[in-house]
This record gives sequence, structure tokens and C-alpha cells, in this order.
Amino acid sequence: MAMAALRREGRRFAPLISPRPITAFRSSPLAPTREAEGPIGVRYISTQVVRNRMKSVKNIQKITKAMKMVAASKLRAIQTKAENSRGLWQPFTALLGDTPSVDVKKNVIVTVSSDKGLCGGINSTSVKISKALHKLNSGPENETKYVILGEKAKAQLVRDSKKDIELIITELQKNPLSYTQVSVLADDILKNVEFDALRIVFNKFHSVVSFLPTVSTVLSPEIVEREAEAGGKLGDLDSYEIEGGETKGEILQNLTEFQFSCVMFNSVLENACSEQGARMSAMDSSSRNAGDMLDRLTLTYNRTRQASITTELIEIISGASALEG
Amino acid sequence: MFRQASRLLARTTTATTWRRSRAFSTDLPATPTEDSTFIESWKKVIPNMDPPKTPSSFMTPRPATPSSIPSKITVNFVLPYASELSTKEVDMVIVPATTGQMGVLPGHVPTIAELKPGILSVHEGNDVTKYFLSSGFAFIHANSVADIIAVEAVPLDCVDPALVQKGLAEFTQRLGTATSDLEKAEAQIGVDVHSALNSALTG
Repeated sequence: MAMAALRREGRRFAPLISPRPITAFRSSPLAPTREAEGPIGVRYISTQVVRNRMKSVKNIQKITKAMKMVAASKLRAIQTKAENSRGLWQPFTALLGDTPSVDVKKNVIVTVSSDKGLCGGINSTSVKISKALHKLNSGPENETKYVILGEKAKAQLVRDSKKDIELIITELQKNPLSYTQVSVLADDILKNVEFDALRIVFNKFHSVVSFLPTVSTVLSPEIVEREAEAGGKLGDLDSYEIEGGETKGEILQNLTEFQFSCVMFNSVLENACSEQGARMSAMDSSSRNAGDMLDRLTLTYNRTRQASITTELIEIISGASALEG
Repeated sequence: MFRQASRLLARTTTATTWRRSRAFSTDLPATPTEDSTFIESWKKVIPNMDPPKTPSSFMTPRPATPSSIPSKITVNFVLPYASELSTKEVDMVIVPATTGQMGVLPGHVPTIAELKPGILSVHEGNDVTKYFLSSGFAFIHANSVADIIAVEAVPLDCVDPALVQKGLAEFTQRLGTATSDLEKAEAQIGVDVHSALNSALTG
């Protein structure tokens, strides 16, 4: 019993315990191997390995719990912003309709993803959908390009679609997200990329555990005019009178640019919310997993400890009975 | 220590379960108005993955065009950081279009109007609420729904006249001393906005 206690105290008493060749005393409990040979060849089992593992698993559990709390607080902050920005894209969809199946020559897929990892599968989902859209819109005269926001999508798309990538933007969330920042970004994209249709792929925040991959389509002014003439969803666009500006084309140009920046703003906010929510659930399952692992290790530790005590007792008793004869 | 840990755990799980059961109040459940051609063409090319959602499944449905002119106009006034007015029934709205102040009554012809910095006034009976808009767009639909989207808006009583005068003077001076095109354009924008603010306050 006392020896077991001494063993538990471990290193502190190590220099005091010197191996005694006469009795069946254990050698220094610092031996790192599971089965160590003492000075007279006595065997004992070390619990050091298990104890080290338990300590590291406990640390991991603490870290993941802290990360979950941080993600929860960040989510709360950004959730109100995202909720408030939801009214922004609705007027545009009410006016110009939602045409994801439009057939155009120059498609640009804007993939919104996060910079940091440990957020579950949302970035992989966005990349899968982007690649699928690429496949869907491929045709004899069609070309599809990527504009990537965020490190994680960049890492995945650079591997096989490097020649199709037009623009990569990272470190979006260094400063808190604001409309000014996103509109500058949208301006950048509109200036540098030729497009007939922009398809923005992001994860819409439905609830803390559910994120819906979504595709928003923004058409260029020429395509809007083409679709309006063709009829269908944009058919009654011609019935709208245009106030201001010289020509209808000019107004449509401004309208498209404004629509893109509004839709981008909403999608970036929603994706940020989804990222924090996904990180919360990933870290939660990770800490639960660590807890399970810790339970199993504790059982192993106790078993090992009890086994060594039993072995010790057996050896002492058999030694004593051997002496008695 | 373990009692505290279990209490913390219970608190976090109850918090998360509460959040889980409460979906967004501004989100309607996905209405079946989805783009069927998109879904079909998706399923043909990529049969293993679920098609992504599109904005039409998250839209709050719009009222149909009535046969007779309704008595009130429904206004949605949105800003990037808030929805100021959402489906508010009013008598008249006056928007600052680039061609001048435009009054919108129920039954107005469908219009797309680009807005310049100016006052938006919302008339409801005898109440008039005035906002100063930076710029944006206004859509008036055939079903007497007006969507006004502005980048920035403030209620007129929150504007400080002294600061407006100071800003106007500063930007006029900057316009005079501007050298590059960019500086001239920025100074011109400042002058436009401040003079519009000025006339809004005095007019």
C-alpha cells in the first residue's frame, strides 16, 4: 500500500528510494518501460505510459472545450449581423428572379470558405459543390472559372483546377466583416473577371447544427437583357420603367454591381456563421471523444495499478512462505 | 470538482439544445418554389450529391398583383446592417431618384429607380418619417410593393447641422486643392453628399 502510494508520488521521492538488493523492494519508479528489470531481476509494471497519455488527453479535452466556447461567443456576435442582412438580397430576387439553370458561355464560380480549419466538413462541401457546378456548366463553348475566398478552398482547388482559378482572396475575417470591405472586394472581382453569370457558393446558416449549401446566381447586364427578351422569369422586366441614368444599359450595369455586392455581403456573413457553428459542433464532439478516451484510459490505469499491487503481494507472500519452509 | 464539471456540461448541453430547437425566426421553412430545371439537370450530371439550395427556396413569398389598385403601398426598406422597414403598409413614399424626388402611391407603374443622396420620406396618415439615404436603388413592383435598398441611411433628426456645414466646407476646400482624378472624385462625392444633407436639413 505504502509502496503504491510512493509510486504514485513518483518523481519527487525518486532520489530517496535507492534500490535495495536484499528485499523485494521495487527499484526507482521512473523506469519508462512497461516491464523493467530491477537490480535483482524483479519485474514490475509501470503505469507511467498510461499516466502520460491521460494527461495529454485531458489537456486536449480542455483545449477543445475552450475552442467551443470561443466559437459560441463569436457565433453570437455574427449571428445578429447575418440575420439583419437577410433582407438585402430579397428585393433583387423579387425583381430579377432566381435563375441557377441559365445557360451562359462564361461562368464564374465564387467559392466562399473559411481561413481556419477545425470546422467540420463545410469547406469540403463548398468545394464539392463548386466542382459539381463546374461539371454541370461545362459544354463545348462554355468556360468556367473560379474565384476563391478563403484558405481552405484554395488548398483544395489548387490541387486539380489550378489553371481555372482567376482570383484568390484570403484573410477576409482579419477585421470584422463590414459592407464597405465586401463592396471593395466585389468591385475588385467585377473589374478583374469577365463573366456572363456569377455563381456564389456558400453555406447558409440554418441553425447551429444545420448548414445548407446554397448557390446564388448573379447575371451580367447583357444576359439580363437577353433573358428578359426570351421571356420566362425575367420576362416582365421590360414592363419596368427606368428612372434616372441615360440608358437602360447603364442602370442595369449599376444594378448588377449593386446586386453582386449585396449578395456577396450576405453570403460572406452566412458562411462565417456556418463556420463558427460547425466549429462548435466539431469541438463539442472532440471533447466528448476525449472524455470517452479518458474513461477508458482510467480503467486501464486502475487495472494496471491493481495488477502490479497483486503481483507484489504474491511475490512477498510466496517469498515469506518459502522462507518458512 | 466533478459536480461542477457535470453542472457546466449540463448548462452547455441545455444551451445548445435550446439553440438547436430554435431555428432562425426570420427564416421561413423552404417553400417548394425551387428551380426544378436546375434540380433535374443537377441530378442527371451529379446523381450522388444533393443539389444545393437556391435563394428562391428562402424567399418570403411576394403578394400577387391585385386586380384593382390597393389602398396602401407595402414598403420594404433595407440596409446592409438592418431591415429598417419590412412589409410596412403606408400611404405614400417619396424617394430621392437621380431625376428628382419621386412620389410613389399605391398602383404606381412598375419602376426601377437609381437613387442619389437625399431624403426618403414615408407618409403614414399624418406621420411623416424622414431618412437621409446615401444612395441605392428603389424597385416598385406591379403588386404595389416598393423595395428600397440603400447603403446607408440615418433618420433626419440624428443629423448634426454644425458637422454638416463643417464637412461641406472641408470637402469644397479639398475639391479646390485636389490634384489627381481620384482625389477630385472623392472630394466631389463629399461635396454632393454634404450639400444634399444641407438642403435636406434646411428644406
